[in-house]
Amino acid sequence: MTGVLTLYRTSVGKKVIMALSGFVLVGFVLFHMYGNLKMYQGPEAFNTYAAGLREIGYPIFGHAHLLWVARLGLIAAVVLHIWAATSLTIQSRKSTTANAVSGIRRYGEQKRQTSYAAYTMRYGGLLILLFIIYHLLHLTFGVVGYDAGQYQHPENGEYFVYNNVVYGFQNPLIVGFYLITMIFLGLHLFHGVWSMFQTLGLNNANYTGLLRGLAILIATVVVLGNLSFPIAVFVGLVGPAV
Amino acid sequence: MRLTLKVWRQKNRNTPGEFRTYHTEHASPDMSFLEMLDVVNQELILKGEEPIAFDHDCREGICGMCSLMINGIAHGPKQAVTTCQLHMRSFKDGDTITVEPWRAGAFPIIKDLVTDRSSFDRIIQAGGYISASTGSAPDGNTIPVAKVDADKAMDAAACIGCGACVAACPNGSAMLFTAAKAAHLSFLPQGQTERYQRAINMVTQHDEEGFGNCTNIGECAVVCPKEISLDTIARLNRDLVVAALKGLAPSTGVSEAKAG
Ligand code: FES
Repeated sequence: MTGVLTLYRTSVGKKVIMALSGFVLVGFVLFHMYGNLKMYQGPEAFNTYAAGLREIGYPIFGHAHLLWVARLGLIAAVVLHIWAATSLTIQSRKSTTANAVSGIRRYGEQKRQTSYAAYTMRYGGLLILLFIIYHLLHLTFGVVGYDAGQYQHPENGEYFVYNNVVYGFQNPLIVGFYLITMIFLGLHLFHGVWSMFQTLGLNNANYTGLLRGLAILIATVVVLGNLSFPIAVFVGLVGPAV
Repeated sequence: MRLTLKVWRQKNRNTPGEFRTYHTEHASPDMSFLEMLDVVNQELILKGEEPIAFDHDCREGICGMCSLMINGIAHGPKQAVTTCQLHMRSFKDGDTITVEPWRAGAFPIIKDLVTDRSSFDRIIQAGGYISASTGSAPDGNTIPVAKVDADKAMDAAACIGCGACVAACPNGSAMLFTAAKAAHLSFLPQGQTERYQRAINMVTQHDEEGFGNCTNIGECAVVCPKEISLDTIARLNRDLVVAALKGLAPSTGVSEAKAG
């Protein structure tokens, strides 16, 4: 228990919490992208996939039980990730604003010499949070982004996610928002995946190239996959099921 | 060389500072950056103005006193040198150079370009030592140390505590300094006994001094005049994880006094 308190109290400990929750979330975005590829196999495969997620572990586990375990785990990871980030950002702000030139600038002149991605973690993360909220309201709950009656809620264990995705990506503004967020998700993953190993102390000069490579791979795979869905629908490659 | 300098002038900790512009015609490419400032100060004194206060001591790159943000880069444009080892040949005739102090909460500005870096001393006091009495110097090689470990400990021990890492860090974090001070002990047999307690104590003190939190950006390692690597930070992070798994809590006097 003291050990957990040590993590909770120290800056490095909070970073460790950020890394561990980030690990869970990286796993989720990979799985989410992979699962959505079934969209390309047509309405039947995609709709069955959505229904099948509820039956993971069945009949050992009850209907949607494991799905709820995963959901609660993910919510916990999101909450911890954001809590750690907020608390650490406040700590850093205190340090950088104390002797600053002005309220908005720390130095009269300051040059950056490292990668851009690391600098986008905070506002990129905020954008991703807003996106998650919108995304849930949009494709999961169907309360925004659809004409009246367009969104089909599940009935008797039947899911209509395929058509919901197709009708959900007809508006260029919505598609644009999805695409922009995915670019920032890519930057977040590029820095975050490598950073996770650094924070957990699993990085050193021998591995750092390999871990950067892994980060690039994960970021590229997730971003390309996710970008393809709205684009495929928008240009008509994936059309409504009849 | 003709130069225009934009220098941060600040009377003391509590008076707000401002940039002032100075011109000099008498800089030579062979001068170090500090010698150039000496010349500017001579001219200021002759004019009856207050000279620019800046920190310096050894002027040979080993004490860590000199500490200037030059054109937005800690210790200036050249890699792996301190301000005192930076020469004016790195600049061009007619250049305008911005000179600022390190800016971080735990480094209060004492005057002009001089900051109070005693927070670094307190981080070392929190754990950057071994508490065993070692007596007089032992014979060489009585305690075997592998060459690779000795080299890594030496690399970390090269830290001169100048604070460039904090100045360059977009989070105002002193993690590179703290990690270097922990790593030069954690690579050696003498440093093992208190290794994990040391990690927690030093990190706790680091946070209490008001430094920011490292987000693995790496600006610190780029400006470090001694080229301390980010590896040291990973190592300190790992030691803290191990400490947490061992159930250790901070044991420094300062943190207890504050917590209690
Ligand atoms: S004055 Fe000693 S390191 Fe520069």
